[in-house]
Amino acid sequence: MSRWDAIVIGAGPAGIGGASLLAERGARVLLVDETPGPGGQIWRGIETVPESRAAILGPDYRAGAAEVARLRASGATLAFSTEAWRVEPDGTVWLRDAGGLRREAARHLLVATGAMERPVPLPGWTLPGVTTIGGLQILLKREGLLPRGPLALVGTGPLVYLYAAQCLTAGKRDLVLVDTARPGAMLAALPHLPRALLGHGPAYLAKGAGLLWQLRRAGIAVHTNARQIGIEPDGDGGLVLRFLGRGRHRLRLSRIGLHEGVIPETHLLRSLGCRMLWSAAAVAFHPARDRDLCSSLGHVHVAGDAGGVGGAMVALLEGRIAAMAILERLGHQVDPLLVSATRRARRAHLAARPLIERLYRPAPELLTPPDEVVACRCEEVRCGEIRASLAAGAAGPNQLKAFLRCGMGPCQGRICGPTLAQLTARIRGVTMEEAGWLTVRPPLRPVSVGEIAALASEEP
Amino acid sequence: MPFIRLDPPTPEAGPELFFEGRPLRFRPGETVAGALMAAGVTAFRETPVSGAARGPWCLMGACFDCLVSIDGQDNQRACMVAARAGMKVRRQIGARRDAAGAGK
Amino acid sequence: MSVAGELVVIGGGLIGAALAWGAARAGADVTLLDEGDIAFRASRGNFGLVWLQGKGLGHPDYMHWSIRAGRRWPELARILGEESGIDIGWRGGGGLHFCCSAEEMEQRRALIARTRAEAADISIELLDREALRERAPGIGPQVLGASLSDLDGEVSPLFALRAFHEGLVRHGGRLRTNFSAREIRRDPHRGFAIRDASGAEVTGRRIVIAAGLGADALARQIGLEPRLMPERGQIVVTDRVAPFLHHPASAIRQSREGTVLLGSTHEDAGFSTATEVEAIARLCRIGTRLFPALRSARLVRAWAALRIMTPDGLPIYDESPEMPGAFLVTCHSGVTLASLHALDLGPALARGDLGPAPRSMRSARLAVHPT
Ligand SMILES: Cc1cc2nc3c(=O)[nH]c(=O)nc-3n(C[C@H](O)[C@H](O)[C@H](O)COP(=O)(O)OP(=O)(O)OC[C@H]3O[C@@H](n4cnc5c(N)ncnc54)[C@H](O)[C@@H]3O)c2cc1C
Ligand SMILES: Cc1cc2nc3c(=O)[nH]c(=O)nc-3n(C[C@H](O)[C@H](O)[C@H](O)COP(=O)(O)OP(=O)(O)OC[C@H]3O[C@@H](n4cnc5c(N)ncnc54)[C@H](O)[C@@H]3O)c2cc1C
Repeated sequence: MSRWDAIVIGAGPAGIGGASLLAERGARVLLVDETPGPGGQIWRGIETVPESRAAILGPDYRAGAAEVARLRASGATLAFSTEAWRVEPDGTVWLRDAGGLRREAARHLLVATGAMERPVPLPGWTLPGVTTIGGLQILLKREGLLPRGPLALVGTGPLVYLYAAQCLTAGKRDLVLVDTARPGAMLAALPHLPRALLGHGPAYLAKGAGLLWQLRRAGIAVHTNARQIGIEPDGDGGLVLRFLGRGRHRLRLSRIGLHEGVIPETHLLRSLGCRMLWSAAAVAFHPARDRDLCSSLGHVHVAGDAGGVGGAMVALLEGRIAAMAILERLGHQVDPLLVSATRRARRAHLAARPLIERLYRPAPELLTPPDEVVACRCEEVRCGEIRASLAAGAAGPNQLKAFLRCGMGPCQGRICGPTLAQLTARIRGVTMEEAGWLTVRPPLRPVSVGEIAALASEEP
Repeated sequence: MPFIRLDPPTPEAGPELFFEGRPLRFRPGETVAGALMAAGVTAFRETPVSGAARGPWCLMGACFDCLVSIDGQDNQRACMVAARAGMKVRRQIGARRDAAGAGK
Repeated sequence: MSVAGELVVIGGGLIGAALAWGAARAGADVTLLDEGDIAFRASRGNFGLVWLQGKGLGHPDYMHWSIRAGRRWPELARILGEESGIDIGWRGGGGLHFCCSAEEMEQRRALIARTRAEAADISIELLDREALRERAPGIGPQVLGASLSDLDGEVSPLFALRAFHEGLVRHGGRLRTNFSAREIRRDPHRGFAIRDASGAEVTGRRIVIAAGLGADALARQIGLEPRLMPERGQIVVTDRVAPFLHHPASAIRQSREGTVLLGSTHEDAGFSTATEVEAIARLCRIGTRLFPALRSARLVRAWAALRIMTPDGLPIYDESPEMPGAFLVTCHSGVTLASLHALDLGPALARGDLGPAPRSMRSARLAVHPT
């Protein structure tokens, strides 16, 4: 087994940008992704999508085709339908694909594992028929599926409006938006407006305004300042959504999508032991990174949403910035002008970020849900039990996990982790950093006992 | 409530899988989760903890709420497995049984 | 800020928590000190067996002490369940040790003979493959038999720990987490004063050091030298499987929830709690050899925790000769011995002595004699 110069984990914009550049400059690169092709969240299925569907998904989606073509031409070794289930600090990456488990090793790792949707525990969120809005969008991108019957999109964040607009373009009109952003969010965002007018900020703002305009023109109902949200079965295979907005509402629906923004997927980075920081603005943890996007571990770079949510263009540029840093460490010549130009471009694309983060910040009460709400979907642990355990002295998320089993199920605490940390911080009166996080242990992806047993070198 | 297939709208002929013994048409390229959802299936499993009904939540492999049994292999993530002709899919009721062998 | 009490237990793992619970239940005013969310904590990473087969052979005091613990476990499980409402997952009914070769069967036979010769109050029998299949129908073709002892059992160590913590508070005790004891001093008026790095202070007329691997540094301050060493153990756990294994067993355990634990390894790895693929693979190989159907189960997690080992592998129950009223308790089978710690030793410490703990288990036995 020979060593790669770099293994890139994740073939979204960040991984594509990084792997292309590394390979073009002659580095030996392996790019892995668990999905069947390149694209990541935004360009999912870009190589196989029928033209009619690409038209629905819009120009930002189509923009991926060129980057993916560049990747294909770059000479990087590509491994799709391949999961990284264990990554070790020395650069060892354990993979799983149709052929089984195998080990690869690299001098540098570029982690580009993207983001996940922030979990939104609220009454009824575990009912069948309730999914994330990102999940609905995946069904649209990957499989061309559009929900039939009345659909409510509940929450806040650009993806809510983007998916709503995609629904409209696809001809779906029985749609209602239930916006959970607080009216105060607008005020809190205002101080960040001037910066958002620099660089590429205006383009982002125009895009957002365009989506809103499209919804308004189509006459889509938008309920604002929605609170006290709850979902129940309607007894007839459908769902009832209740909330307090301007007055009390009770809507009968066939499907509900929830979304409160996206947060970096830090599972893999935590398993490596990378240092994490809390961002109050983004309401999320992200890895500490230097100018070169290097994490607290010298040979682990992080690009794209995994390092802090910035969107596709930022991800692509970060992939290139990290690639240039890695190339330099590998002894390649890198044009310093290119480095600084790429850095500048990234900053320009980030201009509107602070504004967007504040506009779409989740309402605080959504982060620490009422007692009866299930926080851990796997082990069905409710917020009330978690609060009681903390009040009785449990020190933090790991003690909660030991005592209540929250975070012990198959999802390994990906879904309940943020809630455990928030509840710990709130009840113990400590910062999010002090509250801590569930210790992440491999495997990061499901692996069977039989598959691992086959790795044993000798009879025990 | 089922989903609308955008392209092509409804397969008239084409591959079938079996869900709880019932034949179900799908379009190549769909995952098991997509195929079931398109057919109007919402509850994919009953949890081993309380028996509560659950269906897909994240559709990207992270949440493990869309678990089904596929060709005798239990606890498979329906959202990550491509649908194949002739596949036998069942709801995952409680804990997995395949690993219990003769002892169950 | 200073908190005063009668008995202060340093260390909220299974040992400290059991002692604190037992003392509080006997009427003492108890404060239990523990570190924060992340610490070296064997009690949160162990296999959960109450295991007596072969334990203490050649060390009669330890053997009888352990067997006595096994006999008291059903009573402890009942009391904890009644008091806390937490089902701690106790299951007795005999533990299996599987044998996959004629040589292993022979070793088990010898162990049984030795146990009888040392007059242990425990019955162990050897089951052949057919007899074993009645109890464990899913075993693989390589399994030739198993030894079965009447006293072995299993428990959820995590729920037991929680029941001790909650029970302590219910009995009027105090639990103080995020308190990492650093300094122990005699206090002329209040017995002992314990401080952490931030200067917070807790005082008590008597103290018990039950701080796992943290005990070494603290014990030195009361004139004792346990010279504890870490020993790493790796364990893997699967997703929930329908019940198939109805006995506790030494390398595989099915929890009440249905998850299957495979473990645990014994390694010298310093203070590292990292896992290694080779070791995990071996555990899985053993598991699938015992129960081939397990192949399709999914690994949910692999972890490592550190055992707390004394130089001779025997427990330490000691009181400081220089500072009477300061005690040290540590052992490597804290799940197994939890019943005695909770029901006998805790109440004794509430009175101010080590009660029934054998004197041969004082740390003086470990003294490095000048030659
Ligand atoms: C559900 C969802 C939908 C979104 N939709 C849009 C959209 O329509 N438009 C938009 O502008 N932005 C969207 N975003 C935001 C989006 O994340 C960014 O715009 C952009 O895709 C970030 O690029 P990235 O390369 O950092 O990460 P991603 O695009 O998320 O790519 C990460 C890749 O890593 C792979 N991966 C992760 N872990 C592993 C592992 N252990 N082994 C193997 N592979 C792994 C994933 O399969 C994925 O392909 C969405 C985000 C989410 C979470
Ligand atoms: C892999 C493995 C498998 C095992 N399997 C079994 C089994 O099947 N059966 C069995 O009987 N035993 C088993 N054991 C052993 C058992 O887990 C231990 O004997 C028992 O948990 C020890 O408990 P403890 O309280 O001494 O130590 P710990 O659990 O380590 O607890 C010590 C506590 O003291 C605290 N502490 C440390 N320093 C300080 C300080 N300065 N101030 C305040 N608090 C402090 C720590 O935070 C910790 O909470 C196993 C152990 C391991 C590692």
